[in-house]
Amino acid sequence: MAAAVRAAECGVRVGIVDDNPALGGQIWRGESESGKSSEAAQWRRRLQAVNVTTFCGMKVFHQPEAGVLLAEANDDLFELRYRNLILATGARERFLPFPGWTLPNVMGAGGLQAMVKSGLPIRGKRVVVAGTGPLLLAVAAYLRKHGAKIPIICEQASWSSLARFGMALIGQPKKIFQGMQLKKDLSGVPFVANSWPLAAHGAKTLESVTVSRVGKNETIACDYLACGFHLVPNIELPILLGCQIRCGYVQVDDFQQTTVPGVFCAGEPTSIGGVESALVEGQIAGLAAGGRKEEARKLFAEREKTKQFAHVLDRTFRLRHELRSLASPETIVCRCEDVTHSRLQEFTSWRAAKLHTRCGMGPCQGRICGPATQFLFKWNPDSVRPPIFPARVENLAAFAVGSNVESSATVGGSR
Amino acid sequence: MSSQLTVTVNGAPVSVPSGATVAVAVAIAGQTFRTSVTGEPRAALCAMGICYECRVTINGMLHCRSCQILCEPGMDVKTDA
Repeated sequence: MAAAVRAAECGVRVGIVDDNPALGGQIWRGESESGKSSEAAQWRRRLQAVNVTTFCGMKVFHQPEAGVLLAEANDDLFELRYRNLILATGARERFLPFPGWTLPNVMGAGGLQAMVKSGLPIRGKRVVVAGTGPLLLAVAAYLRKHGAKIPIICEQASWSSLARFGMALIGQPKKIFQGMQLKKDLSGVPFVANSWPLAAHGAKTLESVTVSRVGKNETIACDYLACGFHLVPNIELPILLGCQIRCGYVQVDDFQQTTVPGVFCAGEPTSIGGVESALVEGQIAGLAAGGRKEEARKLFAEREKTKQFAHVLDRTFRLRHELRSLASPETIVCRCEDVTHSRLQEFTSWRAAKLHTRCGMGPCQGRICGPATQFLFKWNPDSVRPPIFPARVENLAAFAVGSNVESSATVGGSR
Repeated sequence: MSSQLTVTVNGAPVSVPSGATVAVAVAIAGQTFRTSVTGEPRAALCAMGICYECRVTINGMLHCRSCQILCEPGMDVKTDA
C-alpha cells in the first residue's frame, strides 16, 4: 500500500495486485477499511487520493516472459504488463511438526488471529499459545481481548535472549510502548520462556496439548493451539523472476531494487522486520520506481533503524536444537502428501525426498514442509517452477486469453 | 461486521457475520475441511492462503482456498470430509 501510494504520488500509473480479499496484508487485514488502525486508515486515505487500480483476490502464478505476469482471480486469467514491479509478498508462519500437529484446531498463531478477525467466535474458548516470536504475544493479547481464555504462552527462546531483546529495544520508544501495552493486556496470563509444545491430543479434533514447561511436561485441556515458530519470507515469486537470494532473503540495493532491473522488493522478503520495516521499504521502493530517488534517500535513516530491529528479532527467536526432536517417526511432516518423519529420514536432500516420497509436491508446493525440513534436516529447496500456485489447467493452457491490464508500475503481493 | 448472512455448508444453513471468510463458515458449522490422502481430518492451518489445508468446493468450483474467499449470501460450500 505504501509503495503504491508513493509511486502514484510521483505521477506514474499504478496497479495493486493482492492475493488477499482486502488490502493491508496480514497485519492490517482490511482493518483500514473499517478504520480500526489509525496508521492503516491514514494509508488508506492516501491511497484513495491517488489514481491506483486495485485487484484483490488475485494470485500471480507465472512469468511467461520478462515484464509480463500471469495471474488468476475467480478462475479467470489475467495478463499483467509492467515497466516496474514492486514485490511485497510478505511472510508466512514457520510450522514445525510434532505429534498431533495435523489435528483440526491446531493453527498458526497468526492463522487463528486471522480467522478471528474474519469472524470466528472465540469468546470463552481456551487457547494455548506456543512457539516463538513477538507475534505470540500480539496474538494472545488480541484473542484475550475478544474473550478467549489463555491458559499459557510458551516461548521457546530463553529468558536471557529475551532479556537481550528487551535491552536492544532501548532507543525505540514505539516498540517499548507496544511492549508495555502487551504486558498490560496479558496481565495474569502465564508467559513462560524455555517452553514449547510436545504433542497435541484429540480424537477428531484438538482436546489437549502437552508442553515442555521449563523442563517439566504439562498437559493442558484446550479448544485451540495457536502455534507458530516466527516467520519465513514468501520468496517464491522473487525467485521465479530471477531475483538473487542471499541468506534466505531477497537481495536489494539501497533503493530496494533487486538484482533484476526494474523489479523492486519491500517488506518481509528482504528481512523479517514487521510492519514498520515494510512501510519504510515500501515507500523507498515506490519513490524509486516513480523516479524520485532523492526523496527516497531521506528515508534511509529510518530504514536503518528497522533493519536493526530485524537483526535483533533474528537473533532472539533463533530456534533451539531441542525442537529438532519433537517429531516422532510417525509424525507427518508434509501435510499435503502425508509424508512421515521416518520416511524422510531415508533421504539426504530435499530433491531426493521429493522424488521418492512426493514431499513438498502437494498444493502448498513445499511452503509449509520446506521451512520445516530446512530446520530438521538442513535441506535447501533447490528451485521454484511455474506455476508457483496451483492454477486452473485452462488458464495454464491459454496464456494469451483474458483481460489485458497495462500499467507503468505494478505492485504485486500481499502487503 | 454487524450484519449476518447465510451460506450453506454441506447442505445445512450457517449464519456468519458479513465480511467472514468461507473458512470461518466451515469452522462455525463444525465441519472438517478436508480428508488427507491417508484419511486424516484436516482444517485451516495458516488462514492466509499458503497451506491449502482449508480447500473446499464453493458453488461447484473445486479446490478453493476458503480462507481467502469472503462469504456471499446463498453460497454453496461443500467439504470433502
